[in-house]
Amino acid sequence: MLKVRADRVGRCFQIRNRQGGRDVLSVLDDFNLDIREGEFISLLGPSGCGKSTFLNILAGLDDFDQGSILVDSERLKKRNFDRGMVFQSYALLPWRTVLQNLEIGLEIRRMPRRERRETAQRYLQLVGLSAFAHQYPHQLSGGMRQRVAIARVLAYRPNLLLMDEPFAALDAQTRESLQIELLRIWEADKKTIVFVTHSIDEAIILSDRVAIMTARPGRVKKIIDINLPRPRSEDIRNSLEFARIRQAVWLLIRDEVGKTEQSQRIRA
Amino acid sequence: MNWRGRLGRRLANLGVRGIGLILFLALWETAPRLGWVNSTYMSPPTGVARALYLLFLRGELVAHFLISLQRVVVGLFASTLAGVFFGIFIGYFRRLELYLDLLFQSFRQMSAFALFPVFILLFGLGELSKTIIIFWASLWPILLNTCSGVKNADPVLIRSAKSMGASRSFIFRKIILPAAAPEIFTGIRLGGSYCVMAVVAAEMIGATSGLGYLVLYSQETFSVAEMYAGIVSLAALGLGLNFVLHAIESRFTSWRRDIRTGE
Repeated sequence: MLKVRADRVGRCFQIRNRQGGRDVLSVLDDFNLDIREGEFISLLGPSGCGKSTFLNILAGLDDFDQGSILVDSERLKKRNFDRGMVFQSYALLPWRTVLQNLEIGLEIRRMPRRERRETAQRYLQLVGLSAFAHQYPHQLSGGMRQRVAIARVLAYRPNLLLMDEPFAALDAQTRESLQIELLRIWEADKKTIVFVTHSIDEAIILSDRVAIMTARPGRVKKIIDINLPRPRSEDIRNSLEFARIRQAVWLLIRDEVGKTEQSQRIRA
Repeated sequence: MNWRGRLGRRLANLGVRGIGLILFLALWETAPRLGWVNSTYMSPPTGVARALYLLFLRGELVAHFLISLQRVVVGLFASTLAGVFFGIFIGYFRRLELYLDLLFQSFRQMSAFALFPVFILLFGLGELSKTIIIFWASLWPILLNTCSGVKNADPVLIRSAKSMGASRSFIFRKIILPAAAPEIFTGIRLGGSYCVMAVVAAEMIGATSGLGYLVLYSQETFSVAEMYAGIVSLAALGLGLNFVLHAIESRFTSWRRDIRTGE
């Protein structure tokens, strides 16, 4: 079953150049990607390659200029109750307690108050933060905040989960333990996840498939199947197969990173 | 900690914070008594306290205080309503803010006192022009703070709600307004202190009541102690208003209480 079909999607922005005139910056061009129902797919690419732009488009936060995007065989809607996004900066409401933060998506859905509370408590337990239900976000560590953000989006029960470099701001240990935790949660109900990252290791450990993008304008260069057995644990990093995939991905992405650096040097 | 310990600590805290005030009062008491300054122009605090007491017995103090308080409350209430309403409106529609910002910044710099003659021309010497000067003085900080609070609501919070399909009205009520609340309250508190300043000016021109009138009238009749009594009462009015506004503010923004010590 196909969850998302992106067909020749193009997106460009108008920017001002140094002479004060206008340039068109093409961020996505001829972007094709099929996302299967229930898979964990990562978009991996050099910075500025448009991976976040595609995620924003899927989330209904940005428009596209060309091509078409189908979600569940229907045209992408700007507003619906089927998606949820996790941001690098957590996006928790600072004036709400942890539990109240979990409830915001359910409020959007107009779930009755009591049911809302119960659902929120259940998902808070899922990420092991029940003891912090009545704390405010600023009282938590970065890793805990991101767990709250993940619990919030899970409590909302979207069919399509979008994650925009959710672990990029965390320290290495926290990041690795959250990756495993995300896998544990995802393996329980297998919702479709589109995960944007620029960490090769992260993409491999988490994903069923990794879509490697070209430098701007972004396009899918190659999709790599990650046939590592599930459930996966931390140890998988030490396996031979992991090293082999890592090497293959690295070779693919190296050229693109090089291109990005080159174009930056020309500009500067 | 038990309540007794907490009370003790609060009192001790108040004592520490009062040191400056107590020293100042001591100096003020000594200076006229030892002839450092002419006691005709400078009544010592004990004299001022006596004047306060006598004014209170005659019922004048409460009457003047209440009328000033009423003017401040009415003016502040009106400017809060108008400032928050228009501030939200303008902050929400950014284009509007672009057109109006310079105008508002100019208005904000335009002293309410300078405009008082204009208000008198337009609205006469009565209560209306007094209310309007107070309104004007407190409107701008409230409006501009509200505007900036709405404008500065963290975009990622809005995007997060949008990705979950939140409506515009939901985003406005549950994200933008609470995000702007702290800045709105800062504006109201600032507006409150401008109100107390403006009420004095308003009562010094063409008024027959109020603490500002009391101060000016006492000066003209050489009742120096009463003049200081009026000034002290005005300070009390300002302190009291600030205290009340602060209490309301911390009720609504209690989540920020330990944000500075938090990280």
